[in-house]
Parts: sequence; C-alpha cells; structure tokens
Amino acid sequence: MMLNMGPQHPSTHGVFRLVLWLEGERIVRAEPHIGYLHRGSEKLCEREDYTQIITLFDRLDYVANLNCELAFCMAAEKLMALEVPERAWYIRTILCELNRIASHMLFYGVYGLDVGAMTPVLYGFRERERVILLFEAVTGARMMHNYIRVGGVKEDLPDDFGKRMTVLIDELKRGIDECDALLTNSELFLERTKGVGTIDGPTAVDYGVTGPMLRAAGVKEDVRISEPYGIYDRFDFGIPVGTHGDCWDRYYVRVEEMRQSLSIIEQAMSQMEAGPITAKVRRIARPPRGEAYLRTESPRGDFGVFLVSDGGDKPYRVKVRAPSFANLQSITHLLRDAYIADAVVILGSTDIILGEVDR
Amino acid sequence: MTALEVLYYALGAVGLLVFLSMTVMALTWLERKTLARIQQRMGPMRVGPHGTLQPIADVLKLMSKEDITPSSADKRLFWLAPVAFFLPALLLWVTIPLSRDLVLRNMDMGLFYIVAISVLSVAGLALAGWSSANKYALLGGLRAVGALISYEIPFILAVLGVGMLAQSLDLTQVVDGQQNFAYILIQPLGLFIFLAAGLAELGRTPFDIHHAESEVVGGPFVEYSGAHWAVFMLAEYVNTFTIAALTVLLFLGGWRWPAMPLDGVGHTILSLAWFLAKTYLVILVIFWIRGTFPRLRIDQLMSFSWKVLVPLSFANILFTGIVLYYDLGRWVLTILSLLSLAAAFYLVFNKYGNLKKRNTVRVYSVRELGLKPAAKPPPPDAPSDGDPPPQGAPGHQPAS
Repeated sequence: MMLNMGPQHPSTHGVFRLVLWLEGERIVRAEPHIGYLHRGSEKLCEREDYTQIITLFDRLDYVANLNCELAFCMAAEKLMALEVPERAWYIRTILCELNRIASHMLFYGVYGLDVGAMTPVLYGFRERERVILLFEAVTGARMMHNYIRVGGVKEDLPDDFGKRMTVLIDELKRGIDECDALLTNSELFLERTKGVGTIDGPTAVDYGVTGPMLRAAGVKEDVRISEPYGIYDRFDFGIPVGTHGDCWDRYYVRVEEMRQSLSIIEQAMSQMEAGPITAKVRRIARPPRGEAYLRTESPRGDFGVFLVSDGGDKPYRVKVRAPSFANLQSITHLLRDAYIADAVVILGSTDIILGEVDR
Repeated sequence: MTALEVLYYALGAVGLLVFLSMTVMALTWLERKTLARIQQRMGPMRVGPHGTLQPIADVLKLMSKEDITPSSADKRLFWLAPVAFFLPALLLWVTIPLSRDLVLRNMDMGLFYIVAISVLSVAGLALAGWSSANKYALLGGLRAVGALISYEIPFILAVLGVGMLAQSLDLTQVVDGQQNFAYILIQPLGLFIFLAAGLAELGRTPFDIHHAESEVVGGPFVEYSGAHWAVFMLAEYVNTFTIAALTVLLFLGGWRWPAMPLDGVGHTILSLAWFLAKTYLVILVIFWIRGTFPRLRIDQLMSFSWKVLVPLSFANILFTGIVLYYDLGRWVLTILSLLSLAAAFYLVFNKYGNLKKRNTVRVYSVRELGLKPAAKPPPPDAPSDGDPPPQGAPGHQPAS
C-alpha cells in the first residue's frame, strides 16, 4: 500500500511530504518530497542590502532565529574583516545559546507528541516561553528578532538583564531536570526510541549529517569546539555524544546539550563586561569584492553561509548550507524496515525545520 | 411480555441513555480538567464556572457542524459505523448494576453477556475504517481490530478468574462475593490484567494506537465530523465508563460499604453514590495514565499482550483453580498473584537495565576532547588600547 504522509500530516513538522510504501505496517520504501515552503530566500538576498538580509535569515530556521542571524552577520564580518567588540560577542553568545535551549525545548515537547505522550509538549513550551519572554525584553520580538547586526548587535541589553538571567538560569535548570524526569526513562519511551532509526558514525558522515544527530551517532564533532568561532574557545563546556545513533540517543544528546548551553551562558554572564556593542560600520555596509564561507553550530547542526560580494551594497550571491536539509537526507536510510509509527518518531528525532530545508 | 414490562424496558432504556449521556458530558469535562491539571494549565474556563458548561457548548458545536461524507466513501457503511460502534456500548449497560436494585435486567450470565457484547463494538471501528475510503482510517480500523482480538483473551481470562472466585457470572453475586475482601486484595494480578486489557480495548493511552493522532491522525474517525463524530466520542466515553464500572464491580467491591448504615431507598442512594465515587476514582487513574505515558507501537502492543498478559492471565486462572480446588486460604492466592506481578514487572523493567545502563549518551568536556582547552578570559582592563584581545573571531583573517 502506498501511503502519502504529508504535507498536511500533523507530525511531519511543517510541510514535509513523505511517500511510504507499506507492507502491512512496515515501511519497504520511503520517498521524501521537499519544497513546499520554498520562498527563494537565497535569491531574495541578492536584491536586499546587508541589514535587510538579516530579516530573511530570521525566517530560515524559525525556531533558532538568532543562530541564523549570527551566521550571516559573521560571514559579512569575515568579508569586511571587522573587529566585533567583546560585549557584542558576549551578548551574541548568550542569546544564541538561549536560543539553542529554546529550540531544543521545542524539540523535546514535539518529540513527546510524536511518541504519543501529550504532557511533555506543555512542559517544553513552558520552558521555551521563559526564554522567549527574555528575547522579547532584549530584542523587542518573540521570534523574528532582527537583533544581531553586521559588526555587533542592534542595541545594548536592558538594565535588568542580569537580574532576569539569574532567575531564568535557575528556572531553566529546574525545568530541564523536570522535563528529563518526565520522559527520558519512561519504560514506554525507551521501548519506542531505543534501537529505532539507528545510523552509525561513518554513514552519518557520508550523508552530511551534522549537529546533535551526528553526535548521537558517536562522532565527536561540534563546530563550537573543532573550529571555535566568536568567543567559544573561552568556555569550559562539553559535547554530549551518543553510542548507538538511535532515536533515544538523538533525543538525549539534545537534553544534555541544553545543560551545556546553560553552563556556557553562566560562564559568559560572569565574564561579560560593559563596553561598546557594535564595531564602526557604515550605515550601508559594502563589503569588498570577495567571498567568504562560514560555519556555525546552530541547534540543528553545522549552519554554513557562503557569501559572495561584488563590492556593492547587496551581496552577489548567498548560499546557505542548512543542517536540516543535510540531516533530512538520511531519512531514507533511517526509515529502512521501520514501522509507520517509527517513521513519525524518526522524523521527529531528526528535528528538521522546514523553513531551513526549503529556504 | 406484558405491556407493563415493555413500558419498563422502554423507560429503562431511555433512562440509561440519559444517564450515560450525562456521564459522558461529565467525563469530557473531567478529562480536560484532569489533563490540564497534570499539564499545568487551566483547561476550559470560559463556559460556566470553571468551564462546567463546556460539554454543552461542545455538543451544540458538534450538532451544528456540517456532517461531511467523503464522496468516495461507502455511504451506507459510513452511516452505519457510528451506530455499530455505539449500540454495543449501550447494550452493555443493560446488565451492569449501579447498585443492587438499580439495574435494568440482572442476568445469571451477566459477565458472559458483557464479554460477548463488548467484542461487537470493534465492528463499528472496522466499518468506519473501511468505509471512509481513507488509508489512515483503514490503518486505524485494522489496528483496532488487531488490538482488540489480542487483548480480548487476557480480558476474558481476567473476568473468568473473578467468576471462579465468586462461583458465579452474575454481577450482583460477584459483588456479594466481595463481602469480606474486595477481589483486589485476593487477585491483584487479575486487576492488573483487567485494567491493562481494558485500556487496550478502549484504545486509551498507552494503547491508543488506533487513534494515534501523530501517526494515523485519529484513525477510523479521520473522515467523520459533526454529529457522527460525536456519536463515536460518546461511545468511546461510555466504554471508558463501562470499563471503570466493571473494574469497580469485579475488583473493588462494587457498591458495598464497609458497614451499610441504611436500608430501603436510602441504601440504594448511598450505594449508588459509593459506586460512582469508586468508578470516578478508576476513571481518574485512566486519565492520569493518559497524561503520563507515551504510546506503544503496534508490534510492541501485540507482544505485550501475547508474551506478558496472556501467560499472566493463564497463571492467574491456574493459581485461582489450585487455591479453590485444595480450598487453601485466599491469602495464598494474594501472595501468588503479587509474586507473579513482581516477576512480570521485573522482567519488563529489567529490559533496559538500570539508569546508568540506559544512558548511552556521554558528555565529553572540552578538556577531555583534548582539542582546545578553555582559553583564559580577556584581560580585564584596557580592552581598547594595545593588541586586540585574543579573539577567535574570523574577522581577523582578510577575506580571500
């Protein structure tokens, strides 16, 4: 039987379409179809100037907006050889790590729904809401922040930021532990995720899988550590690495990553000092002729931006290396011999964002 | 049948329908509130105080909605399916006593009747799945049939165990048999099997594979809307109430008070209240399970039935038979029950080992990786003059 899953199916995490050929409840063949959310973002970038493009990057990975903004701004800064002030880097790092937590919390909740538990989603969203309220205080928007700018950030942190962060870090710590206790070791959850959708390290590398998915497969790779950017080389943190590369490992790698992000945030908060928040940049940035490629670690993996400038105020070409897109490639491998119910769990464990896949 | 009897049954049927509809409305509200409490939210709050009138609003909404029949559906079956699902749910209540006197028709073979009728409801799900002309509905319908057939065996065997203890299949006598000890104390194993199999027959979490919103998008009901969908929901909640009521009747002592203070009408009312209180307690447990557990996969569902519940229920029958035949003390059965329950739980929980064994994710710290030990923070003073601080920013390299 051929079963068409999506683009309107509730658990394809957006508008992803999966055509499944079934033998009873088992999947014999799976064919992913993407492109339902294609907006031509990369092409649109060619006719916007550098400040405007940031808003387009907000809408790529729309649950980790700041991480996308950061990648683009860093690429432009690399072209312009800009020196970004210390404080701006700390602000960027803190907010991006917070965004990683918010993104993983969303994953946690939705993953609960995927395996059929209805409570985790509300706990996950509760924690995410805390982060988003802070974002609103800092950037003025809950999601599409447009906050990180070429050369720095838009404006300085609000006065009560330190106070809010102390509370938030405590709350998040408790929240992550609570979420962990709610789902991780549930017998039924283990049953649904252990040994499901396994991928080994070399295969994952072959598929170009990055981020938590790759680490769950046992590969110790994280751009923040292997090619540290910004001020990441100053922090003492860890990367969670799985052993089996199954759904449970992918899930738990993300839970542990939230804890590590919190530790980075704590260290950054203690190191941050007052100072300028943006480098001296002309109002309309005109990077010199040339090209730059830049990798960052977004919550979904290795988020790369390739930027070509012809010296004008608009880039000549922007290409995004979206981790979701590469991670999604492995879905046919992961779905081999799975059940329909597994298809949902496996797709959930890749944690794709269609805005980033289709661009 | 005399005219009086006909009138009695007609009135009784109407009364039952009204009672069950009211119960279902209460249950929907209760379920939403319970889940909301588990999930740290308020639940319905707008219609009436604390949303108590929400069920009425829901009914009105469902009734006024357009009733869509898919153009490719098998129309007659599509219309028949909700009825075929609802009727058995209603028929069961003919013989379920709310208290000693509050029963439409007490039967000698009451339990047999219940077991026989409850199987019929699956036909409605299968029909709905088939006639919707929708692959998700079909999958859901087939899942429902598969689950029901697998769980019917432990369900029946658990009921049989109680029948053996009570030496009767008459529900009133089963309750009377629990005069000294409720059967939960004698057959905890039976209660576990009954509840697990009951949940599976209801299609409730963790066995809700035929609904499975995240997989088959509501299963057999995916194409139903408006009043037809409401009939399905009604039947589902009636079934939930039935299983809870049966649990109370079979294992929790039914309407029996420890010491009955009144007799006559007062007795009936008190027993009814006591019975309903117990039933709602069981229902709360069912809702609690729904708020807590993920869903099983179909193969795991089957193997849980055939590899865990069926052997356990045979053991239950065997133990009960031995204890009854040799006329041992009932406590022997309690101990045997608990032991086999403990063994089963141990086997199930030991599958993944202890917490340490389960955790296959290890955090490698920066130092451990030996890649880049944490660099020192920047010099605290004079950030602007002299050399720039050791910054990892790629801005240092000129663009190539």
